[in-house]
Amino acid sequence: MTALAALIRRDIQIALRVGGGALIGVLFFLTVVVLMPFAVGPDLALLTRLGPALLWLGALLASLLTLDRLFTADHEDGSLDLIVMSRTPLELACAAKALAHWLAAGLPLVIATPVLGLLLNLDATATSAVALTLLVGTPALTFTGMIGAALAVTLHRGGLLLAVLVLPLSIPLLIFGVAASQAAISGPLSFGAPFSILCALSLASFVIGPFAAAASLRHGLD
Amino acid sequence: MTLTDLANPTRFLTLTGRLLPWLAASTALLLLIGLYQSAVAPDDYQQGATVKIMFIHVPNAWLSMFVWGVMSLAALGTLVWRHPLADVAAKTAAPIGASFTFLALVTGSLWGRPMWGTYWEWDARLTSVLILFLMYLGLIALWRAVEDPSRAARAAAILTLVGAINLPIIKFSVDWWNTLHQPASVMRIGGPSLDRAFLIPLLVMALAFSLLFLTLHLAAMRNEILRRRVRALQMMQASQRSA
Repeated sequence: MTALAALIRRDIQIALRVGGGALIGVLFFLTVVVLMPFAVGPDLALLTRLGPALLWLGALLASLLTLDRLFTADHEDGSLDLIVMSRTPLELACAAKALAHWLAAGLPLVIATPVLGLLLNLDATATSAVALTLLVGTPALTFTGMIGAALAVTLHRGGLLLAVLVLPLSIPLLIFGVAASQAAISGPLSFGAPFSILCALSLASFVIGPFAAAASLRHGLD
Repeated sequence: MTLTDLANPTRFLTLTGRLLPWLAASTALLLLIGLYQSAVAPDDYQQGATVKIMFIHVPNAWLSMFVWGVMSLAALGTLVWRHPLADVAAKTAAPIGASFTFLALVTGSLWGRPMWGTYWEWDARLTSVLILFLMYLGLIALWRAVEDPSRAARAAAILTLVGAINLPIIKFSVDWWNTLHQPASVMRIGGPSLDRAFLIPLLVMALAFSLLFLTLHLAAMRNEILRRRVRALQMMQASQRSA
């Protein structure tokens, strides 16, 4: 347990200090959302309607951007080999790394959402709905993305391959995240149903992600 | 004769070499029968002659998912049993599965044009087949990104198994959203709701397409084994020349 706590603490510290680049994700999120009005025009009513979708897309791309470094940095300095060889189960170590990554890179996205909601002319209900769905959904983005990150690091390929592998897996999250947000704002549907499915997808990713990532690291590193 | 006997590539090559002509002939025969039956099948009272697209569309859609199932089995063979032919099977199945998925999308959109008035509708099942297609392409990209085949095989096996979780989502997305696309009508509790005049040609076509997959897959596996042998010989020759 102490080993996992130490791993989480170390990863968060590395991410937040100089050279870590966790907060660059938030900056990217902000930039993407600011770019949207330039693309669709400064029509506030339209932005309100598109708001949840834009926020979800921005968060998805931002978390994808930071995922590239999840295992690569550890692979470069050799600590990944130590983690793989240590007596702590690799699945738990992967889960700990993903949790640390989410705390450092995913949670700031959720915290930034209300500010970005203002820019997109979302009212308090809509903003809190989007923030709530992102709070539930971004861990799932990290945990499914971790599979792609583990595959990419064993193949010494990152970037585009990671995006191609991870983005299709995150489509259900996007669907239900946006559906729940839209339902809270206007839709005839209730907020509960899509939100529960989003929670279920999130929980499933907590199970599948660490096992798949650990299997990939165990088979792929030599 | 067990699966372990087939692990020897030479034995696999001899056996499939004998088997393939028969498989190809029966595929061609069944396809002819199925196409004839589809052509003479009656028009639907609502959809008219366009219902005949179903006889091509539905087998393709079934196989698009079935091939992923075959690849998942091969992935287990790679990861659990280290079966030497499993990664050959997984690698060669991916492009074939991608083709079936692509054909399912194309025929579906051609069928959608007269029925729904649009080539593309962002309906649940269509969308999940499109996701399946993207995942096939991602898998092929993964295979092509790595030079060492056994390394690529293990990575692709994990991605295949993760993707297999996507298959039930496709199947049940019909019930989740239940939009424009009609709910599943052949495989359901209480027997098929399709009329016998449509059901029999459909099943014949499904069988023909499955045989087509088997034929293409075995042929592709043979090619892949031979390709690897050629590569090994070339590398041997190159190392001898440099020595």
